[in-house]
Amino acid sequence: MIELKNVCKRFGDKEILKGISAIMEAGKANLIIGASGSGKTVLMKCMVGLLEVDAGEILYDGISFSSMSNAERKHIRKEIGMLFQGAALFDSMTVEQNVMFPLEMFSNLSYRERKKRVDACLARVNLQDAHKKYPAEISGGMKKRVGIARAIVLNPKYLFCDEPNSGLDPQTSMLIDKLIHEITVEYNITTVINTHDMNSVMEIGDHIVYLYEGKKQWEGSNKDIIFSKDEKLNQFIFASQFLQDAKEMRQQELLNQRSGTG
Amino acid sequence: MLLTHIGRYMLMLKGMFTRPENWRMYWKEFMRQCVDIGIGSLSIVLIISVFIGGVSTIQTAYQLVSPIIPKSTIGQVVRDTMILEFCPTITSIVLAGVVGSKIASELGNMRVSEQIDALEIMGINTKSYLILPKILAALLVVPMLVVISGFVGIWSGKIAGVVSGILSAQQYMQGLVLEFKPFNIVFALAKSYTFAFIISSIPAYFGYHVQGGALEIGQASTKAVVISCILILLADYGLAALLLKNG
Ligand SMILES: Nc1ncnc2c1ncn2[C@@H]1O[C@H](COP(=O)(O)OP(=O)(O)O)[C@@H](O)[C@H]1O
Ligand SMILES: [Mg+2]
Repeated sequence: MIELKNVCKRFGDKEILKGISAIMEAGKANLIIGASGSGKTVLMKCMVGLLEVDAGEILYDGISFSSMSNAERKHIRKEIGMLFQGAALFDSMTVEQNVMFPLEMFSNLSYRERKKRVDACLARVNLQDAHKKYPAEISGGMKKRVGIARAIVLNPKYLFCDEPNSGLDPQTSMLIDKLIHEITVEYNITTVINTHDMNSVMEIGDHIVYLYEGKKQWEGSNKDIIFSKDEKLNQFIFASQFLQDAKEMRQQELLNQRSGTG
Repeated sequence: MLLTHIGRYMLMLKGMFTRPENWRMYWKEFMRQCVDIGIGSLSIVLIISVFIGGVSTIQTAYQLVSPIIPKSTIGQVVRDTMILEFCPTITSIVLAGVVGSKIASELGNMRVSEQIDALEIMGINTKSYLILPKILAALLVVPMLVVISGFVGIWSGKIAGVVSGILSAQQYMQGLVLEFKPFNIVFALAKSYTFAFIISSIPAYFGYHVQGGALEIGQASTKAVVISCILILLADYGLAALLLKNG
């Protein structure tokens, strides 16, 4: 579980995060949604310590992360996996070496044990035949899979994904989303996902935080979102007429069901 | 502006010195950099050494027209200019281009594509893991390249002299041992170490701190090369003034 308490961040005189409080629960996909530029990436970078918060606090299972020194953070860092927007694979290494890297750096496993773990992780993300390829030789969707495999290779307790399906086609997006969700539930990971993809929100949004101009505008689950009265949230989510219609139909359906059973 | 750069550069150097997370991985990275810098620039160093050696002999002969100066003096002059100035300085300036731009663009690309962030998240000190091995590798390999360049340059000076009929191989060899000062070698190595540090740390600074995208990586690597070259020439002057005072 990760707790945010009144997190503030500014660059120069530009206030990016204006006091955000939220709880990211274990074993759930916690989605941070919002328009481009609303501060999702900045918030995530604050959570993992790539940026320092100006005010407020970030707690990892009750331990204050934001007030730790870099040396103290190393322990928590080993429990964090992160999937970056562009996957951030090391270009000079093959897929296999990329996934093995954290193990080589931080474990005392023998080569055979490491190889076994790498194979298992790559199999978990459904990549069996790309071991010897370089990042430049594989597709965007495959890169994301490798990124996920690298993020989970040390069995993290916390997983962060920044726009996991940006630049992917809808079908691949869906597969990546499902994969992240399955892994989250399977290993009881606290997963935080930045996205502006409505498909993801509806498919895997166990817990959703909606950011609007650096403030938390709404919080809930994908079951609540359809009944939300929040104007700004609705503008964001149901931007197209098609979705607007779909939402009304779905609402009607759910209401009919309720009156039918009730 | 300049002061903030200097401050950040100093902080970067200071940040390199922490306990490695894993010695074996740091060693591996160091070896990779040695190969990259050493083998990667060996051929260009050989080519320029051959030519500056040859040109030195021909130009020295052209200037020493007096009949009372023995031919062997040419060998002596070529030896000293090669060791004192041409090999360390020209090799380093070329390496600033070859190695410097490579270091700056490699780190710049890693920064822009969030690979540096990915390493930081894992709990790795990227300053020590990415920058220190490059600087140490340059400190090991650049002086070696300068020494090779010295041998090759002086040897090709002989070939050029003989082929163009300026002097005999024997006269050239006589000149080489004339009034040889071992201190000159020390001076050349002192220069090499200084230049090696400049060539690796300045581009690392510019690459590591890139912000933006592909365009900024290009700009950073150009800036890194230009500033490295200027600093090499400044250091060259400084070391000469400092160490060669009494001839
Ligand atoms: N390092 C930085 N320096 C200054 N401004 C930044 C920096 N990083 C992000 N910003 C600004 O913060 C705002 C939020 O950015 P970001 O978190 O990337 O949005 P998104 O929700 O699309 O991920 C943007 O206006 C961006 O310009
Ligand atoms: Mg973003």
